[in-house]
Amino acid sequence: MKKSNTWFWLFLAPVLFALFAVVLLPLIYGIYYSFTDWNGITSSQFVGLKNYMNVFQTDSFMNALWFTVKFAVLSVISTNVIGLGLALIVTQKFKGNNFLRTVFFMPNLIGGLILGFIWQFIYIKAFAAVGNMLDVASLKTWLATPGTGFWGLVILMSWQYSGYIMVIYIAYLENVDRELIEAAEIDGANIWQRFIHITLPMIAPAFTVNLFLTLSNSFKLYDQNLSLTAGGPYNSTQMLAMDIYNTAFSSNQMALAQAKAVIFFAIVAAISLTQVYFSKKREVEL
Amino acid sequence: MKTKRRTRIFWAVVGFVLAAGWLVPFYLMLTNSLKTQKDIFTNTLSLPHPPTVSNYPMAMQELDFIRSLFNSLLITVVSVAIIIVFSALAAYALVRTKRRISGIIFLTFAAAMLIPFQSVMIPLIAVFGKVHMLNRIGLMFMYLGFGSSLSIFLYHGTLKSIPVALDEAARIDGCNRWQTFWYVIFPILKPMTVTVAILNAIWIWNDYLLPSLVINQPGIQTIPLKMFFFFGEYTKQWNLALAGLTISIIPIIVFYFFAQKQIIKGITQGSVK
Repeated sequence: MKKSNTWFWLFLAPVLFALFAVVLLPLIYGIYYSFTDWNGITSSQFVGLKNYMNVFQTDSFMNALWFTVKFAVLSVISTNVIGLGLALIVTQKFKGNNFLRTVFFMPNLIGGLILGFIWQFIYIKAFAAVGNMLDVASLKTWLATPGTGFWGLVILMSWQYSGYIMVIYIAYLENVDRELIEAAEIDGANIWQRFIHITLPMIAPAFTVNLFLTLSNSFKLYDQNLSLTAGGPYNSTQMLAMDIYNTAFSSNQMALAQAKAVIFFAIVAAISLTQVYFSKKREVEL
Repeated sequence: MKTKRRTRIFWAVVGFVLAAGWLVPFYLMLTNSLKTQKDIFTNTLSLPHPPTVSNYPMAMQELDFIRSLFNSLLITVVSVAIIIVFSALAAYALVRTKRRISGIIFLTFAAAMLIPFQSVMIPLIAVFGKVHMLNRIGLMFMYLGFGSSLSIFLYHGTLKSIPVALDEAARIDGCNRWQTFWYVIFPILKPMTVTVAILNAIWIWNDYLLPSLVINQPGIQTIPLKMFFFFGEYTKQWNLALAGLTISIIPIIVFYFFAQKQIIKGITQGSVK
C-alpha cells in the first residue's frame, strides 16, 4: 500500500508543483495583495477595500469595462453568425470544400500580435486608398477615431475567430443525420424550413460551446488590442486586459492593478461557470 | 437532379468568392512587401511594378531572423515536450487510482482553466523575480503550469477508455509503474499526444505577453517579441514592416501545409471537450 502511494505522487509531482507555483500561489498572493498597499516588492499595511473603491472611481477601468462589454456583445454575434454561415457553406458537397476550410481557419494559426499589425496596414493604407477612390471620409481616418478603432477591432476579431468557430460548428453539423433531412425534403420542406426545424435544433449544443468560447475570448483579448490600436486614440479603445497591464507596468500602481485583476478573474470565471451550468443542464435533459 | 447540381455550383461559387475575400489581407501584405516605400504610398492596391525583394534582406537582418526562429523553436519544442510527458504521467496516475484525492486533484486542474492569465500575471512575475527565475528555464516551467490543465483533461478522457487489463498484463511480465506507462500506455496515447502537441505548440509559438515579461532581453527574444520591437521602429516604413510580417508568418504556413488535417482535428477535440 505504501509503495503504490509513492508512484502516484511521483507521477503527479511535476505538474502539481508547476500548477502551484505558476497559478495557485500567484492567485492567492494576488487576492491578498489587492487588500494591501503593495508596490510590487513590499506591502506594509492592510487597506481593506480601498483599492477596490479606487477601481470603480477611476475612469480608465470603467471605460475599459464598458468598451469590452460592447466589443464582446458585437463580436460574439458577428463571429457566430459568420462562423455558422461558413460552416453551412463548406459542409455542402462540392469539390474544394476542404480547401475552403483550410483558408477560413488559417488566421487562427497566426498570433494575434501579427494579425493586428497586418490589419493596421489594411486599415491605415488600404482603407485610405479605397476611401480616396470613393471619397468616403471615414475610410481615410480609420483607427484615428474611437469609433473606427472599435469597429476595426470587431472586424479583426470576426475575421479571425469565425474560422475557428466554423470548425466547431462543422463537427456538430457532420453529426446531423442526413436521412432526417432527406425525409423532410421528400415531405416538401424547403431549405429554410429544413434549416430551422432540423439542423438548428440538432446543433444547439454547439451554440452553447461557441457562445461562451467567443465571449470569454472577447473579454480576454489583449494581443490584437495592443498591436492594432495600442488603446489609442487617447486610451479610448483600451480593453480590460490592457488596462490591467498598463496600471501595473506603466503607472506602477501594483495594488490597484491587482484589484482590477481580481475583478477581471471574477468576471471571466463567472462566464465560464455559467457555461458549465448550461452544459450540465443540457446533459441532464438529454 | 438538375437543381441539385445547380445548388452545388451556387454554394461552390459563394464559398470560393468568400475565401478570396478572406485572403485579401494576406494578399495586400505580400504584394506591398514587394514594393518600394514610394510605390506603397501611391499605389497601395495595385500590383507592384516592378516587384522588388530589396526589403527582405533588411527585414531579415533587423529581425535577427535566424536567431529569433531558433529561440522560438527552442522554447516551443522544449515546453511542449515537458507538457506532454508530465501531463500524460499525471493523467495516468489520476485515472488509475480510484481515490478521493484523485478526483480532488483533477477538479483543481479543471478549475485552474477558469483563471485568466492577467489575474495572476503581476504576482507571478514578482514571485519568479524574487527567486531569479525570469529566464528561459522559468518561462518553460510557466508554460508547464499554464498548459498542463487542458492537456491533463484531454489525456484523462482518452485514458479512461484504455482497459486496466493491459496494465495488469505488463505488471505480470515484470514492468514497474514507469515501464508500464512508458512502454505500454504512452504509445497507445499517440493520437491524443498529437492533439496536445498541436494545441500547445500554436499557443506557445504565438505567445507574446508572457515572454515579453520573462525573457525580453536581446539574444533570447522569440519571433513575436522581435516583431513587436521591429514594428515599433519601422511604423513609418511600411515596406520593411510588411516584409518582416511576411517572413514571420512563413514558418507557420509551412507547418500548416504539412499538418493541416491533424491541426483541424486537434482544434476540434480541444474546444468541444
